Amino acid sequence: MAEATLAGVTVERDDEGFFKNPDDWKEEMAPELAREIGIDPLTEEHWKVIRFMREDFKVKGQVPSIRRMKNEGGISTKELYNLFPKGPAKKAAYIAGLGKPHGCI
Amino acid sequence: MKQLLIVGGGTAGTMMANKLAPVLDDSEWHITLIDEHETHYYQPGFLFIPWGIYNKNDVIKPKRDFYPSGIDVIISPIEIIEPDENRVKLADGRVISYDLMIVATGSRINPGETEGMLGDKWHKNIFDFYTIEGATNLRNFIKYWEGGKLVVNVVEMPIKCPVAPLEFAFLADWYFTEQGIRDKVEIEYVTPLPGAFTKPIAAKFLGEFLTKKNIKLTSDFSAGRVDAENNKLYSWDEEAIDYDLLVTIPTNMGAEVIGRSGMGDDLNFIPTDHHTLQSKKWENVFVLGDATDLPSSKAGSVAHFEADVLFENIQRYIDGRPLKPAFDGHANCYIESGFGKGILIDFNYDVEPLPGKFPLPGVGPFSLLQETRMNHWGKMTFRWVYWNLLLKGAELPIEAQMTMAGKKRV
Repeated sequence: MAEATLAGVTVERDDEGFFKNPDDWKEEMAPELAREIGIDPLTEEHWKVIRFMREDFKVKGQVPSIRRMKNEGGISTKELYNLFPKGPAKKAAYIAGLGKPHGCI
Repeated sequence: MKQLLIVGGGTAGTMMANKLAPVLDDSEWHITLIDEHETHYYQPGFLFIPWGIYNKNDVIKPKRDFYPSGIDVIISPIEIIEPDENRVKLADGRVISYDLMIVATGSRINPGETEGMLGDKWHKNIFDFYTIEGATNLRNFIKYWEGGKLVVNVVEMPIKCPVAPLEFAFLADWYFTEQGIRDKVEIEYVTPLPGAFTKPIAAKFLGEFLTKKNIKLTSDFSAGRVDAENNKLYSWDEEAIDYDLLVTIPTNMGAEVIGRSGMGDDLNFIPTDHHTLQSKKWENVFVLGDATDLPSSKAGSVAHFEADVLFENIQRYIDGRPLKPAFDGHANCYIESGFGKGILIDFNYDVEPLPGKFPLPGVGPFSLLQETRMNHWGKMTFRWVYWNLLLKGAELPIEAQMTMAGKKRV
């Protein structure tokens, strides 16, 4: 998918649905993005993660790792997996409109 | 007199000292190297110890034998590095100031990051093979093992030498076949990656090897804890995998001193320019080898290619010239596949491992992304090359930058 309309706005996304430009993202888009990957509804706990990711991305310029979310965001890894089963970094980044986290080698 | 300080005398730091010592003007620059240990380990050799192919003596030499003459070597732990003050404080209180610093503090395993890993069963039926103790203790276990379920697990990425766990699984298949007990050994390869390896073409190729060797691949498994009492490995999602023998590649982290000094990321790896190897924060600090946060493999070959680039950039920095953004993420890895054969991969930041011939296009003698006996001999010969050429900073007949010549797009 190259372009998609979310919350009435057209945004560019990559083949896997990750945003190409994180600045295109708006909070209203998150519930729909979450539904696309089977997370419904978005709770306050989900939002805490999404907001931390957005903030940290703004400062650091990269999607925070799970360890960083624990150390800096105070979100335990266990909780992350409960909220975003099977790959929290990827799923949360998807909903937060950030690019796909860098796979490590 | 200006001071060039090299922190870390492992593969990367030693290579750099050997390259720089002969070319820096010794009336202007003095080189000091700090390391806390006396012994140099040939780490690629750890893989062979559990199978009795190498023993401890095959992988150990004194570090001093490899440092160039004319530099100062300090054997001491470091209390803290203060890059804002251009100085390093040693554990005994001494202070070393520098004008230019190269950090090569490497990466090491940190099994304590996983709940339940370090306990009564550590080095009893849970082993690493990334330390000399782990590799030799595992040898003693395997020598007398009569079979059961072997689980090889990568806890999380990044790890040093990302192909080593696969090689371990391949060699297990070979060793237990030779011992006549392969039918009594079940092997499962458990990884957080979506496949056998990171890059798609190599992942497919190596995944087929696992199948061919009757090694079960469990992917997308993020290990969260070990229940050592009941021999179970749990993912963060509470999936359980039983084992009799767990060979773990624990979380890899940079040196603690990097964390203490506020120089690293959450894994104590140092944010580094991907192409010039300059620290992103301090212009008179450069980072080499496993200590960086580069999205390249953590491996001796990478440190070697980086060293060629850094050698030039250090001279450029000293001469006040712009740095060359010449490092391309080049890695070159022999993958031992068992039964006297091996696979070779050559890749960089942008180009994944592809089939072909190496280093001479069309000729070889090594074959890329194919299993050959010659590749195995390349791997075995490398120990000599490492001790006699690589550490000493000698030129090898391989360019620092990856080349497409000899490779086939697939």
